[in-house]
Amino acid sequence: MPLDANTPDLRTEFKSVGTRPNRPDGVDKVTGRARFGADFALPGQLTGLILRSPHAHAKIKSIDTSAAEALPGVKAVITYKDIPEQEGCDKDVLVNIMARGTALYDGHAVAAVAAVDASVARKALKLIKVDYKVLKHVTDVDEAMKPDAPVLHPGRFDPVDFSTLENAAHVSGKEERKTATPAHSNIAGRYVFGHGDPDKGFKQADVIVEHEFKTEATHQGYIEPHACTASVSSDGMAELWVCTQGPFMVRDVCASLLGMDVSRLRVTPSEIGGGFGGKTTVFIEPVALALSRKAGKPVKVVMSRSEVFRATGPTSSASMWVKIGAKKDGTFVAADAVLKYQGGAFPGSPVEMGAMCAFACYDLKNVRIVGYDVVTNRPKQAAYRAPGAPMSAFAVEGVIGEIADKLGMDAIDIRLKNAAKEGTVSSYGPTFGPVGLVETLEAAKAHKNYKVKLGKNQGRGVASGFWFNFAGNTCVSINLNVDGTLALALGTVDIGGSRASMCLMAAEELGISYEDVRAVIADTSSLGYNDISEGSRVTFSSGLATIKAVRDLKVRMCGRAAKIWGIPEDAVKWENGAAHPAGSNAGNFPPLSIKEIAAQASATGGPLAGHYEINAEGAGPSFATHVCDVEVDPDTGAMKVLRYLVVQDAGKAIHPSYVEGQFQGGAVQGIGWVLNEEYFYGKDGTLQNAGFLDYRVPVCSDVPMIDTVIVEVPNPGHPYGVRGVGETSIVPPLACVANAVSSAIGVRARTLPMSPPRVLAALEGVAASKA
Amino acid sequence: MRYEAPDTIKAAVGLLSKAKGTSRILAGGTDLLVQMRSGMIEPDLVVDIKSIPGMREIVAEKGGYRIGAAVSGAELEEHGKVGKMWPGVVEATNLIGSTQIQGRATMVGNLCNASPAADSVPAMIAAGATARVVGPKRTRDVPVEDIAKAPGKTSLAKGEFVASIFLPKAPARTGSAYLRFIPRTEMDIAVVGAGIALTVNAKGVITAAKVSLGAVAARALVVDACAKAIIGSSLDDEALDRLAAAASAAAKPISDKRGTVDFRIKVAGVLARRAAVIAYDRARG
Amino acid sequence: MSAVHVSTNINGDDVEFVCRPDESLLDVLRDRLGMTGSKEGCGTGDCGACSVELDGRLVCSCLVMGAEVGGHKIETIEGMAQGDKLHPLQQKFLEHAALQCGICTPGFLVAARNLLERNNDPTETEVRYWLAGNLCRCTGYDKIVRAVLDTAKDMRKSAAKSSAKKPAAKKKAAPKKTAKKGARHAA
Repeated sequence: MPLDANTPDLRTEFKSVGTRPNRPDGVDKVTGRARFGADFALPGQLTGLILRSPHAHAKIKSIDTSAAEALPGVKAVITYKDIPEQEGCDKDVLVNIMARGTALYDGHAVAAVAAVDASVARKALKLIKVDYKVLKHVTDVDEAMKPDAPVLHPGRFDPVDFSTLENAAHVSGKEERKTATPAHSNIAGRYVFGHGDPDKGFKQADVIVEHEFKTEATHQGYIEPHACTASVSSDGMAELWVCTQGPFMVRDVCASLLGMDVSRLRVTPSEIGGGFGGKTTVFIEPVALALSRKAGKPVKVVMSRSEVFRATGPTSSASMWVKIGAKKDGTFVAADAVLKYQGGAFPGSPVEMGAMCAFACYDLKNVRIVGYDVVTNRPKQAAYRAPGAPMSAFAVEGVIGEIADKLGMDAIDIRLKNAAKEGTVSSYGPTFGPVGLVETLEAAKAHKNYKVKLGKNQGRGVASGFWFNFAGNTCVSINLNVDGTLALALGTVDIGGSRASMCLMAAEELGISYEDVRAVIADTSSLGYNDISEGSRVTFSSGLATIKAVRDLKVRMCGRAAKIWGIPEDAVKWENGAAHPAGSNAGNFPPLSIKEIAAQASATGGPLAGHYEINAEGAGPSFATHVCDVEVDPDTGAMKVLRYLVVQDAGKAIHPSYVEGQFQGGAVQGIGWVLNEEYFYGKDGTLQNAGFLDYRVPVCSDVPMIDTVIVEVPNPGHPYGVRGVGETSIVPPLACVANAVSSAIGVRARTLPMSPPRVLAALEGVAASKA
Repeated sequence: MRYEAPDTIKAAVGLLSKAKGTSRILAGGTDLLVQMRSGMIEPDLVVDIKSIPGMREIVAEKGGYRIGAAVSGAELEEHGKVGKMWPGVVEATNLIGSTQIQGRATMVGNLCNASPAADSVPAMIAAGATARVVGPKRTRDVPVEDIAKAPGKTSLAKGEFVASIFLPKAPARTGSAYLRFIPRTEMDIAVVGAGIALTVNAKGVITAAKVSLGAVAARALVVDACAKAIIGSSLDDEALDRLAAAASAAAKPISDKRGTVDFRIKVAGVLARRAAVIAYDRARG
Repeated sequence: MSAVHVSTNINGDDVEFVCRPDESLLDVLRDRLGMTGSKEGCGTGDCGACSVELDGRLVCSCLVMGAEVGGHKIETIEGMAQGDKLHPLQQKFLEHAALQCGICTPGFLVAARNLLERNNDPTETEVRYWLAGNLCRCTGYDKIVRAVLDTAKDMRKSAAKSSAKKPAAKKKAAPKKTAKKGARHAA
């Protein structure tokens, strides 16, 4: 792979990077010593609990907290009145953390208490009297777009006249379009991407496949419920210990909601027990702070699992239409899609990203995607691993699977024929630099799993996927200790082993051993602002900043060596963990090791540290190809995943074990999404399965070993070629499994989850149509 | 809420009889603690029966076995002999929850929780098991199928609790099996369950059978039509078809988060058929 | 609510505590005894993050009342390493990168140890079914299962070495709830 000439510092030979040392936080995590969100305790802390709406949509006529306040042991009761609206705050977040006049979904917070213990707090919640007037609700995205749907935010979103827009037939049913447009709607946004002329393109097609698809909302399902401990002093100084993907975000958002100066709030992130995007916003944190402010004592709030399902941020459910035309040789001539994602009770579904990702794997001359962001009576969605992308990939890759079948082409060959590569103008605009989709397809085709012979009721599916990868604001400090070891301060929470990767990069850059670097995740008062750990940005951005901070430190250390030797600074170079004279004419001095420089730091000018601050760019997308074999029980619709292969481009795998871990974890989350996971709402709009018993994430016996192949097409935007790898792995599985089922039993699942009742019903439909 | 751990049945019955408000028995606790945690119930009294002699024991009786109310699924399995005589019952009990749940959950608890989807119940019914009910007035032995009345409701009177389950001696050439359908491979509540016990003669002809279905009605069903469908047969394909049809016909399920009406009806037949094949093979040794 | 006084034994140490009857063993461990290694992921026995041994039996501590553990023996994650020496499973979890976020790790370790104490030669299927009550959302289970199988392999090696010197230790009852469940749909 030719590298950009402008990146001379791209390293290709490594000593530390690419090895698999034990992670620095590992021992604490295998001994139970690591402190997660709920593991903090402060002297005198109170227990905070939140009262939640039992209704999907209801006017809150009154809240009477007097009996709760009178209960002995209760130290504070709050409602929205205790969190008055501040100028410039995010109103949607404000309303989401505590209902103001209207409960917008089952589980919407209505009031909160802080009491001496959980038992008293539970009693107090029961004593709060809320007078609701139940309103009509809507939880389905297609229903919510109808003109007669209950409107969540009267006066906020203008009605949409679909008749003038592209692919109107796929936006709402024909009958609805005849009715008069209503005063307001639930459609919060509309996004259009693409280029060329799809309508013309389809005219060149030998085969056209188009279908409608639906996916149900799923939850990130992190095992650690949200937890935080807040302590607000009477002078307004506040501390918050919290499990979050973004401590700086938590600080800034909470300060804004509560009318505090940012400097008054210090946020310390705990170890985080999984996030997958679900811990990129605030839910309980401002409530805990408000309770602590009112009670004058520390308050700990820990969500129950049921609260996590009802009142955090699951991903969107989606309703989609996709049409692709191809020539006989498999070349795609046009692609068209309409995506409708509901994002819960507030705008912000990931439909824009879903639209951008939908066709990103392919080199298309004529492509169009229209996306609609719709509000419904569900919890406000939060990011979930490649937000928006798995759904649109499910539809697109399913249609491609069907085209391949129709043309009698191999599933990998048709993708190779159309694969995006360096120079491809992507369907969402930018032109790709070096990318690795072709390499993943070739590696998948060459893998032994692709050659295994299948038995009766067994089938094989293939799907590819794409994720942009984020970069963003990042700030890193590296401090040289007196003995020559290093303290690396990072501002991006470690959600998957990133401390190990950062230590490897720092060690590599310095030419020292991995064990000599200790990485810590800093609190918000100890480091400059860092964006959230999201978008697969950490290993790229904090890695980049770590390398640059080390380079900064190396310059300073060389400067000290120069001082000791009495030669100019530019006559010193850094190699193998020591300063050396740059050449023979610089002088003949024995190298000064990092330990020697550290020992003399005080005498040569004081402490040594390196810093780097950047709003990074150049993340470099990661593509993947998955191959899956399934077996279906035709009598019950039960499905077993027999084999699963993930091939993905990592750019450069810093710690290959954790790269594989990302591949495997994403794949299994995707398998859960396609098979059994779903938000199941009752007719009354309340969530029926708010627990791990009936929200069925895959268990250990559900899945096989997940085979992995790491492809490395270096990303020129990173000194070591790194691409983020955390998210792409969840993009292909939905379609991959669905394509495998189709190959096994001839049933094409277009509604997720493909639960056994759905598969069985589809099978019987096929049997009936054959009879 | 009060916690008591009496060491005699009499004391336990006394506590339960006198208790005001809601009282609950604690044996394995795998349903009780979940219900307390969710706020579904707030007992005023919890009576832990594990200190009562016999509650954690399995004893041979009249050729069969008496299983104490606090015997966990794991203990039942490790006993070995019960599973040899009534494999359907032990396998069904061992399907309840994870390894962790198996360390605590009991057959009696599964029965008295009165969920229509309880795994052990159709298997116990098929085996002809009886529950020994102790109470303030008398001790009575009740067929297992008469304990649960509706979801969450039992026929037990105030002060009564089930102290043990009796599995009778299995006649010669008897086989039993229980199968359930769940969407995952573990950790789910049965969408449909089918328990069967059958006895064959030396020629392999079925002379007696009992079939019970779970999760297809408000409580576990005894389906005589299923038994009739296979008695007198050698479980040939026609008998199996009749059995499956009878099971599907008997199923009166609902649609919910775990499954649909159509699915449950169809799969009731599929599972009855598969369970019968296993039981038949076991009966023939 | 009348509090209960309980005398028990945790990780070999005699412990006394007072708790309300509505507190689970997990609540007691975490909030009264400061042993936060056992985690609450669900509170309903569905995730296994709170796994402990009660008299040698693997249980969810969220489904055990604090009040009922008097006179019993409890083993938690905090008792797994001996001083600064990690248990072989802990070491293998590190080497295999069998943890990402680490919240489920204590529960998996306690559950896996309970398995290997009963059966040091489990099949992959047996490991997967034994651990089906422990949810992990990060790893897809692959590396966890590998770490357990690898530990078992080492245990057998060292058992073979020591049995060359002394009579073989008798294997405890093997977990049987495995293959038959795996074969359920195919039945």
